[in-house]
Amino acid sequence: MALIKVTSPHATGQQRTGRLMREVMLATLPGLAVLTWLFGWGSLINVIWAMLIALASEAAVLKARGKDVAFYLRDNSALVTAVLLALAIPPSAPWWLTLIGVSFSIVVAKQLYGGLGMNPFNPAMAGYVLLLISFPIEMTRWFAPGEGPEHFMGSVHLFLGRYAETVDLMTGATPLDSFRTWAGDATALANEHILHGVFAGVGWEWVNVAFLLGGLYLLWRGIITWHIPAGFLGALALCALPFWLYDPARFASPLFHLFSGAAMFGAFFIATDPVSAATSRWGRLIYAALIGVLIWVIRSLGGYPDAVAFAVLLLNLAAPTIDYYTQPRTYGHDKAKRGTG
Amino acid sequence: MNLLSLLRPRKPASAHPPLAAGNTRRLHDFHGGIHPPQHKTLSNQTPIRPGPIPRTLVLPLNMHIGAPALPCVQVGDTVLKGQKIADASGPVSAPVHAPTSGVVSAIEARPIQHPSGLDALCIVLDTDGEDRWAPLTPHPDYHLLPRAELVNLIREAGIAGMGGAGFPTAIKVNLRDSQRIEQLIINAVECEPYITADDRLMRERADGVIAGVQALQYLVQPQETLIGIEDNKPEAIAAMRAAAANTDIEIVVVPTKYPSGGEKQLIQVLTGKEVRAGGLPAEVGVVCHNTGTAWAIHRLLSHGEPLISRITTLTGTAFSNPGNVEVLLGTQVRDLLAFGGVTVPDNGEYSYGEYSGRLIMGGPMMGFSIDHPAVPVVKTTNCIIAAPPEELPEPEPEQPCIRCGACAEVCPADLLPQQLYWYSKAGEFDRAQHYNLMDCIECGACAYVCPSHIPLVQYYRFAKGALRQQAAEQQKADRARERFEARMARIEREKAEKDAKRQARLAASRQKQAPGSSTAPTVDMAALKAASLEASSAYKAAVKALKAAEATGDGDAEALRAEADALKARADSAKAAVRDAKDSGAATTPAVPASDPVADLKKAVAEASSAYKQAVKAAKEAEASGSAEAASLRAEADTLKGRADELKNALREAKEQAPAVTPAPPAADPVAELKKAVGEASSQYKSALKAAKAAAEDNADDADALRARADELKARADQLKAELRDAKERAPATVAPVAPATLTTPATPDTQAATDATAPVAASTDADSAARAKRMKALKTAYNMASKQWKDASAALERATREGADDLAVQQARVDKLKKKADLAKEQLNLLVDEAKAAMKQATGSDLKTLKLAAARSESAAREKTAALAAAREAGDEAQITVLQQELAAAEQAALEAARTLKQAVADQGLADV
Ligand code: SF4
Ligand code: SF4
Repeated sequence: MALIKVTSPHATGQQRTGRLMREVMLATLPGLAVLTWLFGWGSLINVIWAMLIALASEAAVLKARGKDVAFYLRDNSALVTAVLLALAIPPSAPWWLTLIGVSFSIVVAKQLYGGLGMNPFNPAMAGYVLLLISFPIEMTRWFAPGEGPEHFMGSVHLFLGRYAETVDLMTGATPLDSFRTWAGDATALANEHILHGVFAGVGWEWVNVAFLLGGLYLLWRGIITWHIPAGFLGALALCALPFWLYDPARFASPLFHLFSGAAMFGAFFIATDPVSAATSRWGRLIYAALIGVLIWVIRSLGGYPDAVAFAVLLLNLAAPTIDYYTQPRTYGHDKAKRGTG
Repeated sequence: MNLLSLLRPRKPASAHPPLAAGNTRRLHDFHGGIHPPQHKTLSNQTPIRPGPIPRTLVLPLNMHIGAPALPCVQVGDTVLKGQKIADASGPVSAPVHAPTSGVVSAIEARPIQHPSGLDALCIVLDTDGEDRWAPLTPHPDYHLLPRAELVNLIREAGIAGMGGAGFPTAIKVNLRDSQRIEQLIINAVECEPYITADDRLMRERADGVIAGVQALQYLVQPQETLIGIEDNKPEAIAAMRAAAANTDIEIVVVPTKYPSGGEKQLIQVLTGKEVRAGGLPAEVGVVCHNTGTAWAIHRLLSHGEPLISRITTLTGTAFSNPGNVEVLLGTQVRDLLAFGGVTVPDNGEYSYGEYSGRLIMGGPMMGFSIDHPAVPVVKTTNCIIAAPPEELPEPEPEQPCIRCGACAEVCPADLLPQQLYWYSKAGEFDRAQHYNLMDCIECGACAYVCPSHIPLVQYYRFAKGALRQQAAEQQKADRARERFEARMARIEREKAEKDAKRQARLAASRQKQAPGSSTAPTVDMAALKAASLEASSAYKAAVKALKAAEATGDGDAEALRAEADALKARADSAKAAVRDAKDSGAATTPAVPASDPVADLKKAVAEASSAYKQAVKAAKEAEASGSAEAASLRAEADTLKGRADELKNALREAKEQAPAVTPAPPAADPVAELKKAVGEASSQYKSALKAAKAAAEDNADDADALRARADELKARADQLKAELRDAKERAPATVAPVAPATLTTPATPDTQAATDATAPVAASTDADSAARAKRMKALKTAYNMASKQWKDASAALERATREGADDLAVQQARVDKLKKKADLAKEQLNLLVDEAKAAMKQATGSDLKTLKLAAARSESAAREKTAALAAAREAGDEAQITVLQQELAAAEQAALEAARTLKQAVADQGLADV
């Protein structure tokens, strides 16, 4: 064996992109568990299915592009995209919905832009929005918490698309849906069972707690920095607070916002996608805060019950501009530079 | 705490609170940094061992930053330990000493550890194993020495920064008087993993280190002295604290974090000061030195030893007995590997044998892969790492950047390494520079944390290299231009010089051949003056070239200076010649030449007396205000008065000697001039009249004034006319209506030939052409005037015809007359031009057309070469470029000369404005 001759540094840290991605997947486990507990096996089945599709489509594209398939698959980034998308869509989703979403995410939103590191949009969210626009019914069909198919086979049926006979019995509005529906009507809001869980919407509060735990794990492992979750959740809560104080019958409380829908999932797992986010410290804070603001605006004033995907995609577009204005001040320089030279 | 600091990840102040408790100062933090595994215990458990005395030592002449040293020994010389074998070769340079006794066996290029991978000149020493010292002079009482002398001692001992780049220490301690140093910082941080040389040094020789630091204190006179040590060296901290107990030196424990040993980072940690990008620590009142440097200074002062050895850490699990070794400079790495127990079968000179893994000179973060087992240890070699692949494995293949930003989190310079990487990789170096690429200290922290194992620093080095090359090329181009200009100036100067010589020779010969002749002295005078003028302009050009050379630091400044001096002498003598000629001219030729000195003298007298008056005034003012300068001013005034008087006397004498001159100026001139004046005056009058008439028509306010002015002008014109008439009468021979000169001076080739027979060719030619030029000018004016009048008259006639005026016949006659006049003038002029051209042909060997052609041809040749050069540049054909550059220079010079010849010829013959 020959002498290793490379330039410094000769020592490297322990972090590996593949490992990093694996930890992200690991951190979604509590959320996945709660989803399965509340809504049946659908989420788990879809996650596994999505991972298979992701591997297959990534391998196919890599092969078509003439790249070393095994090497690039090892970065696990396709799997992360698959898991995140599968967690975002309803557990009742049939196989083809996942297939379309994941393959679009991988092939179009990621590889067509040049692969890992080059995609301007969060691939999982791009796939999600495609599905939401194309299949609005399937994409908004959530069960009431605890009302999902009782048996594993029920979920399999749903997955295979044979849901017609059972599914309508079980679906119900999510807390965000029902708040939207009854906003402005204090008595109706008070009577909506689903809005009154332990501290936020029934069931969904635990989904969010689970993703929060996973997110804290990522923070602890140093895989994400605090800037994006803090900016995201802080801005969301800060927007909600004054309006809620002003008219609690029309505007939901900050706590409700933070623990409903995809808030925690978005804050720790979606907006933190490094490739499509802003990169400087200040930039990330601003980027995430703007997402938080947009989510509140769309939830409270817009036409969709939840808005993580839209907000993230919009801010993906703005990320380069944000980076442009938030370069740090280099040591020994009087002030930070602007622009890209 | 402000928001910004919240944004920065903070690490606990110290991992060892009890150690840091000894600190009395508040420490600062720098952005980023990493905590790689230390691997220090591998080498810091055993005392420093003396290194081997290998059979050969290889001493590079550029162990330090700056100019390589100059060998002062010869191959075959026997040298003693500590004897100087190479001298510092410039202000930023350091000498080299023999690390042991032996014989110089070669002075040749050998492989050294350098990023370029190039061999460098080394002195090769065959050791004799006796290790005999040269006589040494210790300086225990160094504080009795003047500081400059101490600086010189350090310089002569070859001490250079032993931690980082190897900057000669003498320069860093040689401060200007105006420089105030607030903090002297001793960098004992040793933040890179594996390295323990300073650690062991401080543990074992703390007293010596402190003594060295005290010498540094004496040199830079800091307000405070801080020794920064990372908290992972508790034994060293204890030893240093004990040694520094009764001094004003402060041992500061800094938290372990890579790269807190970076100079700028350490300054920030200890003082909170930030060194401007591209600036030096001294600008913020800080000097940094290394522990090893302090130790070397101590050895120098206490024992008189120059820098011949250093402590180097041998570490990595491939060493069977790692540890710190006091290595003789010049010891080759393979000898150290053998010494440390790494098996290196010596099969062939340039082979590592069976060893595999990494061999690193320096630390694992910033060190270099050793290219060659024969490279020697130099003044900056603090560590040799031999690590098998299990310890420092092959780098993993590079994955795509996922923009995770981990790199930006750890960058101590607060750069955006990710952006630097994208732009460096894409070859957009300007953009990389915009992101402050040049502020990257290549610490490797970013690459260390990168999860995609992108060799980021490698990209930065590449981009930096490219940028530097760009800058160097720019500089080279600038230099070339400067050189070209300097050469042009020189050529011009030489030509001027030659001309001056020629003129002087000419003048001399003429004076010899035609003494007392009525025209020769005049020409003489003019030639001499021209010579003097040219000589002084040559001198000025030389001075300019010299200054340019000095500014660019070109080597030939000395030669230029000598040349300038010679030229000055020549200019002076030319001046003297002029003066002499004036004197003698005044004596020998009473008529024409005297007019010059007299006029000059008059002017001088006027100047002198006005200077005198001014001086008197100044003196009076000074006296009035009681200024101390009054006396000296008065004295000056007196001298000036003396000078003015002298000049007045001279003038009087000159006037006496040349009584005939002043009243009767050359005959032809006044008439022509008067004519011109008359023409001008009457045309002025006419236009004034016209304006007045127009004003009167418009009822303008100033009509009266204009009329008055017109009258005035008329009077003046009349007066001039009268004068002209007088002049004509006085000089009847010259009053030929159009071309007076043709009648008075030889103009045709025949007469020219006749003149040739009687007078030296050049002289008559010069005189002729000067006269001809004058005539040509006059003729041209006459022609212009006539043709203008003719044109005006024609226009008036046309108008009159159209309007049916009744004096058409008169006007017609006038037009005809004017036309004839203009034609005549033109004819005369053409004649003269032809003549001038003929003369030029005779003088230069070619006619105007040929000259013009030559000039154009050489110019186009130069242009062609330029184009060819550009093409070659594009094609990157180096050899071709060099050849073309030379050709181009030659072509340009030829073009320049052709153009100048043409211009000169034209000017000589007064053809410039024909
Ligand atoms: S650490 Fe590596 S992967 Fe992460 S942003 Fe920097 S260069 Fe890219
Ligand atoms: S190598 Fe340069 S860019 Fe990387 S961390 Fe060090 S200073 Fe920053």
